[in-house]
Amino acid sequence: MNLTLKVWRQQNAQSQGGFETYSVKDISSEMSFLEMFDVLNEQLIHEGKEPITFDHDCREGICGACSMHINGQAHGPWHETTTCQLHMRAFKDGDTIVVEPWRAAAFPVIKDLMVDRTSFDRIIQAGGYISVNTGNAQDANNLPIAKDKADESFAAATCIGCGACVASCKNASASLFLSAKVAHLALLPQGDAERKTRVLNMVDQMDKEGFGACTNTGACEAECPKGISIMNIRRLNAEYLRAGLSGSIAR
Amino acid sequence: MSLNSKIPAGELSQKWSLYKNNCKIVNPANKRSLEVIVIGTGLAGASAAAALGELGYKVKAFCFQDSPRRAHSIAAQGGINAAKNYQNDGDSVYRLFYDTIKGGDYRARESNVHRLAEVSANIIDQCVAQGVPFAREYGGMLSNRSFGGTQVQRTFYAAGQTGQQLLIGAYQALERQVALGNVTMYSRHEMLDIVKIDGKARGIIARNLITGKLERHFGHAVLICSGGYGNVFYLSTNAMGSNVTAAWKAHRQGAYFGNPCYTQIHPTCIPVSGDHQSKLTLMSESLRNDGRIWVPKKQNDNRKASEIPEDERDYYLERRYPAFGNLVPRDVASRAAKERCDAGYGVGTSKQAVYLDFAAAVIRYGTIECSKHGNHNPSADEVRKYGLAVVKEKYGNLFDMYAKITGEDPYEVPMRIYPAVHYTMGGLWVDYELMTTVEGLYCLGEANFSDHGANRLGASALMQGLADGYFVIPYTLGNYLADDIRTKAIPTDHPAFVAAEKEVEGRINQLMNIKGKQSVESIHKRLGLIMWNKCGMGRTAEGLKEAILEIQALKKEFWSDVFIPGTVEGMNNELDKAQRVADFIELGELMCKDALNREESCGGHFREESQTPDGEAQRNDEEFMYVAAWEYNSDSNWTLHKEELKYDVVKPSQRSYK
Ligand SMILES: Cc1cc2nc3c(=O)[nH]c(=O)nc-3n(C[C@H](O)[C@H](O)[C@H](O)COP(=O)(O)OP(=O)(O)OC[C@H]3O[C@@H](n4cnc5c(N)ncnc54)[C@H](O)[C@@H]3O)c2cc1C
Ligand code: SF4
Ligand code: FES
Repeated sequence: MNLTLKVWRQQNAQSQGGFETYSVKDISSEMSFLEMFDVLNEQLIHEGKEPITFDHDCREGICGACSMHINGQAHGPWHETTTCQLHMRAFKDGDTIVVEPWRAAAFPVIKDLMVDRTSFDRIIQAGGYISVNTGNAQDANNLPIAKDKADESFAAATCIGCGACVASCKNASASLFLSAKVAHLALLPQGDAERKTRVLNMVDQMDKEGFGACTNTGACEAECPKGISIMNIRRLNAEYLRAGLSGSIAR
Repeated sequence: MSLNSKIPAGELSQKWSLYKNNCKIVNPANKRSLEVIVIGTGLAGASAAAALGELGYKVKAFCFQDSPRRAHSIAAQGGINAAKNYQNDGDSVYRLFYDTIKGGDYRARESNVHRLAEVSANIIDQCVAQGVPFAREYGGMLSNRSFGGTQVQRTFYAAGQTGQQLLIGAYQALERQVALGNVTMYSRHEMLDIVKIDGKARGIIARNLITGKLERHFGHAVLICSGGYGNVFYLSTNAMGSNVTAAWKAHRQGAYFGNPCYTQIHPTCIPVSGDHQSKLTLMSESLRNDGRIWVPKKQNDNRKASEIPEDERDYYLERRYPAFGNLVPRDVASRAAKERCDAGYGVGTSKQAVYLDFAAAVIRYGTIECSKHGNHNPSADEVRKYGLAVVKEKYGNLFDMYAKITGEDPYEVPMRIYPAVHYTMGGLWVDYELMTTVEGLYCLGEANFSDHGANRLGASALMQGLADGYFVIPYTLGNYLADDIRTKAIPTDHPAFVAAEKEVEGRINQLMNIKGKQSVESIHKRLGLIMWNKCGMGRTAEGLKEAILEIQALKKEFWSDVFIPGTVEGMNNELDKAQRVADFIELGELMCKDALNREESCGGHFREESQTPDGEAQRNDEEFMYVAAWEYNSDSNWTLHKEELKYDVVKPSQRSYK
């Protein structure tokens, strides 16, 4: 198939960006979306031009690096699918595809389609862990955990930190990402000791990073490639309230 | 220089305890003034950086991704081994040790492997304490599955995302140390050289991938945890950015490279489907717990799988290896698949594929579930419905991935699979303390050559990475740094830093100035083809000799005709790739030379000249029971050093899974 691509180009964080239009030919439906970009980039290199910069690594939908806003949707049209797992079967000959980076104040553009998501790391630094030094642990089976709790915790822990939830939220809120981490740890007995300070500190950091507030539109859940449930945000709110009521304060 | 593996004296099972009892340690106050550089924050690097930060060292950690959470380890699917014997099925430290040595076709060091088996149980404890949500049984206890090359169930897992969950655990421990100020994280940085002062590793030159600026960093010691080099084949199951550059720069600075030709070709990957393909996708070995591998009994059979009756199917692994069946080790399963396809029994349009079929498992699980629900005489539809649900819970994410990539529904039709490059057992040579042949330079995880011999068993890489990082390096590094407490941090305007930076800068400018016509990618693809055809699943002296010449020619082409757009300043992914491919080309040549030198078959290294009458790998212990450690002299010029392998406890024999 032959396609027209409108791609956001921006030299660096300081410069003004804009759309450029390209056409690609003979794209097979078996290619992944990023392989189609590889073809375009090879084409640009042959013309002596700079290829388009974008984040990617595993190309298996697990590392969370890829991050394209495709025709107005984070990670494109397929449900629960990252950009790298999106295949060209999703498009047809003659289509025009608009590709932009994530748009959020807390995710500044680095170059073209690549953005800076270190704000997510800083949210984790604020408390997204269990404070246990290496060597502290008891025998793993001394701590039985009900299967349903373990499964629920696992489901929250499968968040890949891609930022699609932020990119698809009109407030650019990081609530789904943050709530997934809070839920992962709060559902486990190991996470209990730091439960209150964790949620307060992480929310505090999210605000500092310039993410917006959650107004329950549900766009995040709809666009999340890993199907992280919005129930986690409800859990986050409950955890937050509980910590606040108990008089705990953020560090 | 002669190789000293520093294996402690004493009985095998006592060596590690004795070492820990006697090694030197650094007191907490001194640790605070000792700086450690960690290159890579996958399982090996993140666990090392976190553990060393907890101990109080000043750690600087580097990765090329935007966050340590995205290291290639995240993609590991199936599980992690540990000798817990929770299943009461006869597992023990000794058995894990034995399976690993045998699985590696008697080409690994006994002492290291035994230590790995000893600390394996602590890893699971540590990960659970961190909140890693492993799969559990209804009673709340941890669940296990089987992996290839073993007859016990010792693999811990989190659905098909074990690597993700373990890495997130290590990442969180690392971020905690960042928050505490013990670790400084440098993401989007690429290490481009080691700085040596008085023969010791004392720092690195790194490129900030956003600004393009070169940076100098001092460390009392440097740890290379940069992962494997499977991408030398271009197509592999590794992440796109996985590369050999950090290890290769260390090699050029004096670290010997161990067994470079030992490559693991994984039997169950989604087959190649066209020349645009950028990577191959693994279907986890855990699928062989429940999937049965077969091809038609008739050559060039074009019928659909569903049209081929049971008695016209050849379950060739079950036929050839009744004791292990579908769970033979990877090297054996891969060669068997290639043998069938080469003989004309392959399936699919390319005929370069075999079936992995879950129909029997669906019926087995469905029947169990029905009887759990009190239905002892279920219809075929009921059995199927319940069976599919169980299979979905166990492997759902893998099935989804398969469907997205191939457009076929694996719940309805058997998967088509074929072997692909997956893991590299070779890597920087290290001694018992994980130190390379350069003093103060260590290597951990997939980047080192250590524990897997000529073939790695499934679910052992995650184990090794975390063993190295959490439980080995905290002791062995202390033993070295204890003598270094008087060394003050060396300022980075020291001539050695200046010279190293200049060298790196020169190389970058040289690359940029070639201004040829070929893209980096196109040259990388050609290298991959040479490697796959001549240094892949089957190797011959003749093919390897040709490959060496072809690679040397390709190298000339690269250095005279590559084109890198953009500038040195700012972000330039093509420049990053070019530097990696330049190193892959040099590595490719060494791999072929190593494969040519090893005139025997062992594990994943199959020299077609050396096979048993029934087509199994034929070792030659008389002549080749050694680790090949290559010393870099100059361009295309290496010296071979041999570390003899001594087996005090296990008696090497012809490996049999029949
Ligand atoms: C698809 C797949 C599935 C797998 N499944 C399993 C499994 O189920 N069980 C199992 O045991 N093993 C499995 N493996 C193998 C296992 O995942 C790897 O061997 C292991 O994760 C390697 O970890 P590592 O820490 O050594 O390296 P990696 O995770 O590869 O990390 C390398 C790190 O080094 C950094 N780096 C590299 N070069 C540089 C440089 N020049 N400068 C700065 N930083 C650099 C990277 O940024 C990264 O942080 C699987 C592998 C694949 C490909
Ligand atoms: S919650 Fe979903 S969309 Fe948000 S970062 Fe995690 S995986 Fe991505
Ligand atoms: S590239 Fe890793 S999730 Fe897309």
